[in-house]
Amino acid sequence: MEYISNFFVNLGNSWTSLLSSFLPTWAVTLVNYLVVAILLVLMPVIATLTLTVMERKVIARIQNRVGPNRVGPWGIFQAIPDAIKLLTKEDIVPQNADKPVFNIAPLVIFIGAALLWTVIPFGRGVIGQDLNIGVLYLVAIGSISTISVIMAGWSSNNKFALIGAFRIVAQLLSYEIPMVLAMGAVVLLVGTMKMGEIVELQAIPFALVLPVAFVTYILAAAAETGRAPFDLVEADSEIVAGYFVEYSGLKFGWFYIAEYGNLLAVSAIATTLFLGGWRGPLAGIVPALGPLYFIAKSVLIVFLLMWIRGTWPRFRIDQMLGLAWKVLVPLGLFNFLWIAAMIKLPVHILLQWALVLVGNVAAAVVALTLMGRAAKRYAAQRGVAVA
Amino acid sequence: MEQIFFVLLSVLILGAALMVVTTRNLLHSALWLIAAFFGIAGIFILLHAEFLAVVQVLIYIGAISILIIFAIMLTRRIMDPQQPRFNSQWGLAGGFAALLFVGLAAVVTRVAWPVATGVPPADAIQQLGADFVGVYAVPFEVASVLLVTAMIGAIIIARERE
Repeated sequence: MEYISNFFVNLGNSWTSLLSSFLPTWAVTLVNYLVVAILLVLMPVIATLTLTVMERKVIARIQNRVGPNRVGPWGIFQAIPDAIKLLTKEDIVPQNADKPVFNIAPLVIFIGAALLWTVIPFGRGVIGQDLNIGVLYLVAIGSISTISVIMAGWSSNNKFALIGAFRIVAQLLSYEIPMVLAMGAVVLLVGTMKMGEIVELQAIPFALVLPVAFVTYILAAAAETGRAPFDLVEADSEIVAGYFVEYSGLKFGWFYIAEYGNLLAVSAIATTLFLGGWRGPLAGIVPALGPLYFIAKSVLIVFLLMWIRGTWPRFRIDQMLGLAWKVLVPLGLFNFLWIAAMIKLPVHILLQWALVLVGNVAAAVVALTLMGRAAKRYAAQRGVAVA
Repeated sequence: MEQIFFVLLSVLILGAALMVVTTRNLLHSALWLIAAFFGIAGIFILLHAEFLAVVQVLIYIGAISILIIFAIMLTRRIMDPQQPRFNSQWGLAGGFAALLFVGLAAVVTRVAWPVATGVPPADAIQQLGADFVGVYAVPFEVASVLLVTAMIGAIIIARERE
């Protein structure tokens, strides 16, 4: 029972002691690092195999269809034939493409997607490496994908790919700021950038303390992963598929894997920062429940993002950038100042959090009122009826 | 162990830097520059300066390189390898570059660099943050004023004429 209750940490300890019975210490460390690295690198692949099926099912339900239902019960093995199909496709490099850059771009985007998992705490002590700069690390790694998108878009020698690459850079750079402000709000509140410690200090899920930051993060995450309604990057009706239009076979697969790996990663980050990570009922007594709670919460956020994707029409680029610069950034800056002032008040921490919540709600009300007025003005100017 | 990584990273940085100035394709230069930046981030990690390593990736790779790539893409005919590599000012530019190199080499070899003893603190980042708004508040703020000035200047230059 003792073993089961802290299953994942105990499993790790047993594995280490098993190895040290026949290996020297440095070899044990090396093997452990390798195993953890391989497990974490596999996360985007696991995400792709599971989330593609989930996405197709969820979107199908939203659009009143059935979705994949042929391979396995309820079509849950659909991802496997899809993967085989991708692997057997011909590898085409367009003429006049910049070959080395064209071939490296998919690798770079996958490296960016895999590195994110280093600092994500699945449970107490179940984390690749609890860096003391965890949150900053996530932001830095997130910026690598921009490079690979430019590399892919430019080297394809295709105007649609290049337009897609230009669009995604404008989008990623704009939405990085509200995202960092939302993550910074949490860092400011707890006073640490260690992902593990942020979860430990999160007595109340921060989504209930910082609702504005949470919503901002979710919107920015949808934009950063290039999902509808922010999918101008790969808007099929305008620029075919955007930056990866010329890719085929496994190289296309890398982009696909990175996309779903990033989707699960941003959901896992949102879970860690705003939903209390692996915390949950009984998780203190039975730590093995932690990773299960963590996965359940992450999948919930993934579902939320799919729901948004399935039900919202695509934004125009000026609307999308306007939302980031005119709404989310001012809100984030206000949130930052408000938290900085509140945590200096000489009162109990829970009262501080309550005051932060009051400021958040007030800011949200003001922002929504102003947006409503702007929408009415816009409609009046153009003679559109307002519902 | 650290020596091996240092040598590997140095080879990466120097090789990439060499490619930056020799390759004919300007976009490839920018990408090699990114490789060099990654190598420098690796050196920072070897020196236990994780914060600097991450900031190196965030600012130099995530922001400055992208800016460079955009500048290259938006400048007409700059990527054409048939363009001449030298203009009339190459002699002057080379002279100043040599002068800068001599100056830097003189400084690097002559100054007695202070070497810290003991291990770096495990959680240097909180100290760093406190210092930014405490001891070094004035230079920190001056740097941000400089950036705002640059931004306003860019907006004024790019503004459409009425």
